[in-house]
Amino acid sequence: MKNLFKLPEGPGLQENQSYYRSLNRKMVTLMIVVSLLPLIVVSGVVGYQFQASYQEKVYVHLEELVQKHTQNIDNFLHEKLNDIRVVANSYSFEELTNETFFQHLLTILQKEHGGVFVDMGIVHQSGRQAAYTGVFKLEGADYSNADWFKQAMKTQYYISDVFLGLRGFPHFIVAVKRVWQGEPYIVRATIDFVAFNSLVEHIQIGRTGSAFIMNRQGKFQTRPKTSIKINNETFADQINKMFAETKSGGSQAELPALPGNDTPPQSLRPRPAIQSEVTISEIVDEENHSQIVVMTPLKDGEWILVFLQEKADAFSQFYRTRNVAVILLLLGAIGIVITSFAVSRLLVSRIARSDAEKKVMNQQIIETGKLASLGELAAGIAHEINNPVAIMVEEAGWIGDLLEEDNFKDRENYLECQRALKQIQTQGGRCKQITHKLLSFARKTDPSAAEVNLNDLIREVVSLSEQRAKYANVQMETHLSLEIPPVRLSPSEMQQVLLNLINNAIDAMGKGGGRLGVADWMEDGYLVIEVSDTGPGIPEANLPRIFDPFFTTKPVGEGTGLGLSICYGIIKKMNGEFRVRSAIGQGTTFQVWVPVAGQKPRPGEKDETERQKDIQV
Amino acid sequence: MSAASVLLVDDERDFVSAMTKRLTKRDLEVSNAFDGLEALEALSKDDRIEVVILDVKMPGMSGVETLREIKRRYPLVEVIMLTGYATIETAIEGMKLGAYDYLIKPCEMDELLGKVGEALEKRRKHQNKILEARTREVIQRRET
Repeated sequence: MKNLFKLPEGPGLQENQSYYRSLNRKMVTLMIVVSLLPLIVVSGVVGYQFQASYQEKVYVHLEELVQKHTQNIDNFLHEKLNDIRVVANSYSFEELTNETFFQHLLTILQKEHGGVFVDMGIVHQSGRQAAYTGVFKLEGADYSNADWFKQAMKTQYYISDVFLGLRGFPHFIVAVKRVWQGEPYIVRATIDFVAFNSLVEHIQIGRTGSAFIMNRQGKFQTRPKTSIKINNETFADQINKMFAETKSGGSQAELPALPGNDTPPQSLRPRPAIQSEVTISEIVDEENHSQIVVMTPLKDGEWILVFLQEKADAFSQFYRTRNVAVILLLLGAIGIVITSFAVSRLLVSRIARSDAEKKVMNQQIIETGKLASLGELAAGIAHEINNPVAIMVEEAGWIGDLLEEDNFKDRENYLECQRALKQIQTQGGRCKQITHKLLSFARKTDPSAAEVNLNDLIREVVSLSEQRAKYANVQMETHLSLEIPPVRLSPSEMQQVLLNLINNAIDAMGKGGGRLGVADWMEDGYLVIEVSDTGPGIPEANLPRIFDPFFTTKPVGEGTGLGLSICYGIIKKMNGEFRVRSAIGQGTTFQVWVPVAGQKPRPGEKDETERQKDIQV
Repeated sequence: MSAASVLLVDDERDFVSAMTKRLTKRDLEVSNAFDGLEALEALSKDDRIEVVILDVKMPGMSGVETLREIKRRYPLVEVIMLTGYATIETAIEGMKLGAYDYLIKPCEMDELLGKVGEALEKRRKHQNKILEARTREVIQRRET
């Protein structure tokens, strides 16, 4: 029918709502912080550790790879150099300048190395080519101004940078110095750029990883597979630094120029990979991609093998794992947030409800306390009044006694005096009745049930209200059924309910007065008590709220809005119910339905909808 | 039967004086006391008092305490409680302590007289029974 403990509406409501809102906020914040903070901290730490170890793994892997390839390239170069050394040292000048023999040698070398050697030549210290074999017509070519020639003349062995040269085709030269007939000659061979390039090109890791070789001047010695978009000073600095740290061709310069010495120079022996020679760094290219740069010196520090890979590519697996973890973390966080909101909303609504219940209860306690103190006051007054009334009655009785004496009996006004005394006695008795009713009613509301004759109880309450009704111009009518069995209920509580209904009815009719009917009867195992008035009726909008605590239509200070609410609680406790019928301008009828003691209430008999129908306007 | 002797105990002097006049006029021998101690004193001085009409709410010793003391010292004396302040608790307490009845002020003279008469009768019956028992005892002792 209604919720007795609805959040009370009133001036405090706004404050309450903002209080509960802030409580809600605090709880949500606390719950989110407490649950998310450790999650974030743990994820952060674990993520950082994982990233660090993954990076280390990737770097070690790249380093090993680059070292391996560096060794391969170095070996390739040394192998070719050794071949030329063998050629230079094994044959005499005459043999080598023999065109057919020289060509035969080239053919053998080409066969052995799959066309790596393009051509071979012997160059006199003046720069003139003394012998040549190969596809180009370079017999008698003059190399006196060629860089490689100048360099080669300075050392015993030489491998040049890649250059275009006379043939206009990228290539590089492997040269060995040899002294024949007291004159130094250079035996040189051209290495095919394509073959060498493919050696480097094969170094490919992932989607973007590629390698190339640069010389000291920053010229590419191999073709970078992808166009290098790094125009970055840091990169250049790094390369310069790399060169600065590696001594350039020093080992070659220090070699003793011993003709016919078969011992290869130290630097040309296969070397163990030296870990520290590899440097790994990160730079940002022009397209704002982070690139991992792995560099290691080659060819005794004259070249640098550079390996580039986009960081996103190198770490793709890590990023995938990280993204999955982040998505899971986010989902978890969203779950936590939603749960926090839901839980705190639930808790706050429970708190609000229990607060409202507490408030109603407090009001009830105050009301009961007021009634109790009123009761004590009434009891005191009753006692104080009874004593003087008793004296008055006794004195009147004494006068009566004296009048009985013979000498008064004949007097003219004897009868009139006796009537007056009788009246005093009667009115004294009335005073006593009034004070006794007051005492019995004012006694503390006692919830203990007792067998009650309901008709007597109604009569008592009605007689208490009669005086008030008279002044309010209200005519009271009672229609009490003779079939009412004794009922087991708390008489003082029932008195309170009835008095409240009657007082409300009298108040409702206002100064104009009207008729107030009190009736009772038995129906379907229920005891029905009806209080009806001919007042203005209750507006439809107010009907569903009349039992709400603090709902009142009386002016401020006159009604607490608790009367009907308390009555509702009392009747509910008796397993009973209220039914209200009201018509504007015609009046209102309140019915209290209480199951008769010993009989179970039959709530099925009249369900909610039917009860609602009873509330008609 | 000789005139019954009644002790009227109440702190309301006006009530006591009016009531005394009226009871005396109805052939009762009435003595007065205005609080519990006075009542006990009167009882100790006058052993002819048979019925006490006792107020409940009095300064000093309350009616209930006085009743307890009277019943302890003079079990044969009947006590009728008469009060303007009626509570169920004091009524029950009074009856438990052996009060003959509990009346509420203002009280009809006829009702009060009726109660006094009944109390007197009860007391006298009681007294006679005791007397008979004692007499029988004496006779039996003589016979043996």
